[in-house]
Amino acid sequence: MDRAVHLRSAVALAGRFPALSGVDLDVALGEVVAVLGPNGAGKTSLLRTCAGLLPVTSGEATVLGCDLRADRTQVRRRVGLLGHDPALYDELTALENVRFSVRAAGLGTERVGAALDRLGLVGRLGRTPVIRMSAGQRRRTALAVLVARGPEVWLLDEPHAGLDADARAFVGALVGEAAASGAAVVLTSHEPDLSVPLADRVVVMRGGRVDDVRDGGRCVAGAADRVLVAVRRDDVGVA
Amino acid sequence: MWRDALLVAGKDIRIELRSRVALWQVLPFAVLVLVLFGFALGPGPKALRVAAPGLYWLAVLFSTVLATQRSMAIESGEGTRDGLRLSGIDPAGVFLGKAAAVAIQLVAVQVLLGAGIVVLFDVHVQTWWLALAASVLATIGLSAAGVLYGALSAGLRVRETLLPLLVLPIVAPVLISGSRAWSAAVSGAVASGASWLKILGPFAAVYLAVGVALYGPLQEVA
Repeated sequence: MDRAVHLRSAVALAGRFPALSGVDLDVALGEVVAVLGPNGAGKTSLLRTCAGLLPVTSGEATVLGCDLRADRTQVRRRVGLLGHDPALYDELTALENVRFSVRAAGLGTERVGAALDRLGLVGRLGRTPVIRMSAGQRRRTALAVLVARGPEVWLLDEPHAGLDADARAFVGALVGEAAASGAAVVLTSHEPDLSVPLADRVVVMRGGRVDDVRDGGRCVAGAADRVLVAVRRDDVGVA
Repeated sequence: MWRDALLVAGKDIRIELRSRVALWQVLPFAVLVLVLFGFALGPGPKALRVAAPGLYWLAVLFSTVLATQRSMAIESGEGTRDGLRLSGIDPAGVFLGKAAAVAIQLVAVQVLLGAGIVVLFDVHVQTWWLALAASVLATIGLSAAGVLYGALSAGLRVRETLLPLLVLPIVAPVLISGSRAWSAAVSGAVASGASWLKILGPFAAVYLAVGVALYGPLQEVA
């Protein structure tokens, strides 16, 4: 499988402070990697670095073959990040937000309707300004942006947070579909019950480094339960 | 770049039309500035007519600060600044689009203020082309400089108070040149008025060029 993400001794800064302190990680296209760890472990920083938002100051760092130090603009066009904050314009509707993102990426708007439909953002809800939506509906709108853009690398920061049961199930299906279509998925989570079964590998982070790598639930039958037991025993800050 | 600029300008204008911040805050503020300065100068019609071009441009300058702050506030929502950086839009396109949206609001402000000085101060423009040329060049310069310095202060907690301190001294040449060009347009002194366009034109061109070149790096550090 081709490499989607390649980090070797990568150090990244958030402002003046190190956010990643020598991370080694490879993610292949079509692979799902769940990143676990306590608060402040560097999970969000890892995703922001892979998205080209945090500068890499030393080590090797490439995403989809593009050097993160030299060509962050190219990386940003090809990855999709679902952050803690939904990155939506409050006064615009779900339809307008998704359409703007798709046009900004230079893509045709024919996929907008399908994406909104998949997230249940149709009819009146799709025409409601985001500012009047609930947190869960805003999260779904942000997911619709990703679905419509169809990135090659999906970077999902706690994608289950704030979603109802149906939407959580949809996230699981979406991750599987993205991987099946050949995209790489890196997701962080404080809920291993939801994230480990989706993953080929589970990466445990501490102090801005990768502390441990284990098989995920998609890799070995029954592995999800074993990993869940192990991560809880090791107290990596998960629920 | 131009496609991206149109996209961003369309988005910003749509947001303004929906939020109506320009309509309910920027426009009334501009008129208020004009009226209050009129009160400060007293009821003498001659003094008001002489001062009208300067008051007009002072009101435009203050409105520029408000419009720029609002333009930057659009991108300061939850994650929207990161979203814009990840969108794939050319930073130069973002700059031109945001400057165009601010310029459109400033045109609306100037139309209202123009009517205001005619009604309140009994000012009548003799040379329309000169007044229009000065307004067009000044609007381009003000919106470009405003968005550029808005981007510079965007990531700071003190951005609301810092922006006027950065922008107002920088746009002083526009205040002086715009006022003199408009005074000339009112009195019909074309030759002296046209010479002020030689300051407004380069000011607009320089800030457009600097903004196109520097907006990307500013987005990264702000």
